[in-house]
Amino acid sequence: MGYALNFNLIWRHFDKLWGGLLLSLELAVISIAIGIVIGLVLAVWYVSAGRVVRTIIAAYVEFIRNVPLILLVYLVFYGLPTVVDIAYSAQTSFVATLALYSGAYLVEVFRSGLEAVPRGQIDAGKAIGLTPWQRLLHVRLPTMLRITLPALSNTFISLFKDTSVASVISVPELTYGAQWINFNTFRIVEVYLVVTAMYLLTGYALLYALRLLERWFRAAH
Amino acid sequence: MIGQIAYALPFLAQGLALTLWVSLLVVVFSLIAGVIMGVGLVYGPVPLRWAVRIFSDTIRGIPILVLIFFVYYGLPAVGLHLPSFWAAVLALTLFKTAQVIEYLRGAVGSIPKGQSEAAMAIGLTFRQRLAYVIFPQAFRRFLPPWINGVTDAVKGSALVSLLGITDLMQAINQVIGRTYEAMPLYILGALIYFAVNYALSLASRRLEKRFSFIRE
Repeated sequence: MGYALNFNLIWRHFDKLWGGLLLSLELAVISIAIGIVIGLVLAVWYVSAGRVVRTIIAAYVEFIRNVPLILLVYLVFYGLPTVVDIAYSAQTSFVATLALYSGAYLVEVFRSGLEAVPRGQIDAGKAIGLTPWQRLLHVRLPTMLRITLPALSNTFISLFKDTSVASVISVPELTYGAQWINFNTFRIVEVYLVVTAMYLLTGYALLYALRLLERWFRAAH
Repeated sequence: MIGQIAYALPFLAQGLALTLWVSLLVVVFSLIAGVIMGVGLVYGPVPLRWAVRIFSDTIRGIPILVLIFFVYYGLPAVGLHLPSFWAAVLALTLFKTAQVIEYLRGAVGSIPKGQSEAAMAIGLTFRQRLAYVIFPQAFRRFLPPWINGVTDAVKGSALVSLLGITDLMQAINQVIGRTYEAMPLYILGALIYFAVNYALSLASRRLEKRFSFIRE
């Protein structure tokens, strides 16, 4: 015991943490953007597809959801280049992994959202002569989006926290910055206190902003 | 290649056993701590409620990895020396406890207030109200999310490999370090985790159905 807190060294290296936080956010934003595309396409495909496609999509979802993220990160970064002729930076590799990971969770979110669109709305779309494509674009997707928005916000915030796993392949995000300061200055308690506060503040600020956005979206539609 | 992997299988099995052991400890400890703290959150005096609320919101607001590093590197710095195995179990338990608190709050909160009032009216003490009125009803609300969370514990336990604990994840990395067969081993590892978690989620679905006969 008798540990004296000294934050000086943390502030001296604060750029590592600040830069790390921005990179964490960037990784989360790019990953969820790709993940949303994957999720949307597969969910729309799933609800209209036959047995084979459904099984394949379900297999993708179940596989990703039942395997630890850290293993997927290793698999894509260390494993894949040994069998396929590709080369990518740790950062690109992590974004690809997190996008596939979030995609699997979002397929489920969007699929249940699409199934929750009231039958009457789709029938009304048919009645005014919309084509299936128009019904999807103007009726089913907007309603689905409104239903799934809270789940989408939660997914984004949990992805923001998941970016910490990128530190295991040396992507210099926030957790990596924390470890760097941990190993180089030994102000261990201080650095993790500061990083905890940074994750918390960012997470709750994001939550607040997304809830505002949801309310705005609900009022506008 | 097949020969090398077959040779490594007993080693991987040891890793899997450790993964399951860590997960089991975490699930049991967090269930006990989470239910106690959850009752504190719902029924406790205001300062206790605040303390539990802050604990839960803080823990759930940070990545598990940060929590693991905080506990693992931070405790020795303040003079508490835990073996890395127990530091990992402690960190994962803290994380899971916060989840259990929220499951319990949700389950207990879903029981109509009239139930408590009726129990009070017939003169049951607080303990009796919990034991005979609230918990039996809250149980089936608590069960599905809690069981779903068990697979999270197994997945989360893979992070303890970063503390040099030879769980399944670390065992796979060590075998790759010797054989350089990265892709087959990562896929094998993924399949093992998948098999464990998928079996758990199938079991949870069955259990959910078992308790779904009580509908209001």
